[in-house]
Amino acid sequence: MTSQTTTETTSNTRGHVPPVMAARELGVYYGDFHAVSGVNLDFNRHEVTALIGPSGCGKSTVLRSLNRMNDLIPKARVEGEVTYHGQDIYQPKIDPIEVRRRIGMVFQKPNPFPKSIFDNVAYGPRVTKMKVDSMNDLVEQSLRRAALWDEVKDNLKGSAFGLSGGQQQRLCIARAIATSPDVILLDEPCSSLDPIATAAIEDLMTDLKQEYTQIIVTHNMQQAARISDTTAFFTAGVDEESGKRIGRLVEYNDTSSIFNNPAEKSTEDYVSGRFG
Amino acid sequence: MSTTTRTDRPSVVLVAQSSRWGEKLIHFWLGFCALSSVIITVGIVLALFTPLPEFFSRVDFRAFFSADPWAPALATPSFGVWNIVVGTLNVTMYALIVAIPAGLGAAIYLSEFAGRRARKVLKPVLEVLEGVPTVAYGIFAFIFVTPLLRDNWPTWLPGDLGDAPGIFSSGAAGLVLGVMIIPTVASISEDAMSAVPRSLREGAYGLGSTRMQVATKVVVPAALSGIVAGFVLGVSRAIGETMVVLLAAGASPNLTLMPNESVLPMTAFIGRTATGDISVGTDVYFTIFAVGALLFTMTFLMNMISIALVRRFREQYE
Repeated sequence: MTSQTTTETTSNTRGHVPPVMAARELGVYYGDFHAVSGVNLDFNRHEVTALIGPSGCGKSTVLRSLNRMNDLIPKARVEGEVTYHGQDIYQPKIDPIEVRRRIGMVFQKPNPFPKSIFDNVAYGPRVTKMKVDSMNDLVEQSLRRAALWDEVKDNLKGSAFGLSGGQQQRLCIARAIATSPDVILLDEPCSSLDPIATAAIEDLMTDLKQEYTQIIVTHNMQQAARISDTTAFFTAGVDEESGKRIGRLVEYNDTSSIFNNPAEKSTEDYVSGRFG
Repeated sequence: MSTTTRTDRPSVVLVAQSSRWGEKLIHFWLGFCALSSVIITVGIVLALFTPLPEFFSRVDFRAFFSADPWAPALATPSFGVWNIVVGTLNVTMYALIVAIPAGLGAAIYLSEFAGRRARKVLKPVLEVLEGVPTVAYGIFAFIFVTPLLRDNWPTWLPGDLGDAPGIFSSGAAGLVLGVMIIPTVASISEDAMSAVPRSLREGAYGLGSTRMQVATKVVVPAALSGIVAGFVLGVSRAIGETMVVLLAAGASPNLTLMPNESVLPMTAFIGRTATGDISVGTDVYFTIFAVGALLFTMTFLMNMISIALVRRFREQYE
C-alpha cells in the first residue's frame, strides 16, 4: 500500500527536469535500531520539499542522510541509494566533504561559530578554498540574501553570539548560502524561534526558491502548508517482521494534495490534527 | 465526610522538633575546612615574605635584581638573582617547546580523531601519567635523556650550540619537564575541546569542512580559554617543579638560554641550599626566602594573567 503510493508519486514527478536529488529504498540503522526504511523520494529543482510527521518517524534521520551527516554518528548505517544529479552519494569513492559542500545544512538550534559575524559567513568559502574576487562582497551578498544585512552591516566584526536567536538562524542560512550550495537542508530551522523570527525565515525560504532546492523538516504543519511545494508525510509504525517501531514514508505529493486531498487515512488524520 | 477528616487532623506543628545539633556541627566543620585552605595559604605567604625586610637590609635591592654573579654562599657573596631566574626561564622554555605542540596535538587527536575505543584507553593512561612521581622523571632525565643527548648532539651546529652537553644540561631537564607536563596540557585542553557543543562541529561539517578544519578552525578557537588555562597550568608546573631540575639541570648559575649548558633554576637553588647545612640567620638562609618569594610572585602573576586571558576570550566567544 505504502510503496504503491510512493511509486505512484515518484512517477508523478512534476516536470520533465530530472530531480536534483532522490532517495531510493533508503533505510537508516543506528546500531541494531532500524530507524527508517523503504523511503523513495524525488526532490525537484528550485522547490521546497517539506518532511512532516510525528516525533520519531525518521524524518530528521532521512534529512541527515541526504548529505551524509549521519556519517558523524558512530554505528549509523545507510542502505538503499541517495542520488545527487544521478550519482549515488554513498558510493565508496564519493567524498562526504564534497557532498556537504554542495548540499548545505541549517540546524534546529542556531549554531553560529564563536567568531565575528563576518568570519561566520566567510568560514565556508575559506575552508572550501573557493575562488572569491572579494570576500567583502561575498559576505555582503550572502547576508543580504539572508535578509540580515541591514541589521548587521555596522557590526560585522561583532560576535555572532550578540545576535538574537532569529538573527543567528538567518546568519546560519547566510553562512550556508555563502558556499553557493545547490541544495539546502533545513532541520526544523524555526523550532527555537518566536513567531516573528519564524515569519522572517519563511519569507526568506520563499525568496531563496529562485536559486536553491530546499528540503525542510518541520513539526509545524501550517509552516509546511505555507512554504512547501511538495510534502512527504512520515509516520512510525510497527514493523511486521521484527515487531519493532520503525519510521516509514506514508505519502509524498504536492503540498496541496497532501493537505486537501490526502490519499491515506493516516495522512488525513495527521494534517487535520487528529494525531501526532 | 470531608469535615470529619478536617477535624480529625492533628494540629499542625511548624516549630523545629529538635535543635539539630549534629547538622550545625557538620555545617561548622565544613566551613572550617573551606576556611583552613585560605588560612594556610595566607600563612605560607606570610612565612615567605616576613624575612624579606631583613634580607634587603643585608643585600642591596638593585644588586639582587641584577646580572651580578649568583654566589650567595661565597666568602664575598654576590646576589644577582637574574642568573637563576633566567635558569628557570631557560628550562621552562624548552619544556614548553616540547609540551605545547605535543599536548595540543594529543588533545586534538583524542577529542576529534580518536575512535571511542582508542579514547577509552588513552585518556586514563594520560591521567595516570600525571600521577607519576616527579623524582621518577628526574631519574629518567639523568639516567636516560642526558646520555642520549650527549651521544647524539648535533655537533655540526654553529658556534657554542655545537658543543655536546655535559652531565647537566638545561636541554635535558627542559625536555623531560616538557614530557612531564604533556598530560596536564593535553588533559585540560581535551576537556575544554570535548565541552564544545556537537552542534558547532555539525555546523562546520555541514559547510564541507574536513576533520582537521573542524578541529583547528572551530573546536580549538571555541575551546581557547580552556586550552590557555591548560598551557598556563603547565607553565606553572614547569616553573615550580624541583626534582627534575635538581637532578638534571645542574648547579652552575649560568646566565644563558642555551640548551647545552648547565643552569641553576630557582627551585633547584632552594632545594639544594635548604637541604645542605646552612645556619639560621645567615645571608644564605635569608636568600632562600627571597628567591621563594620571587618564585611565588612569578607564578602568582602567571595565574593572574591566565585568569585575565581566559576572561577576555570568554567575553569574546560566549
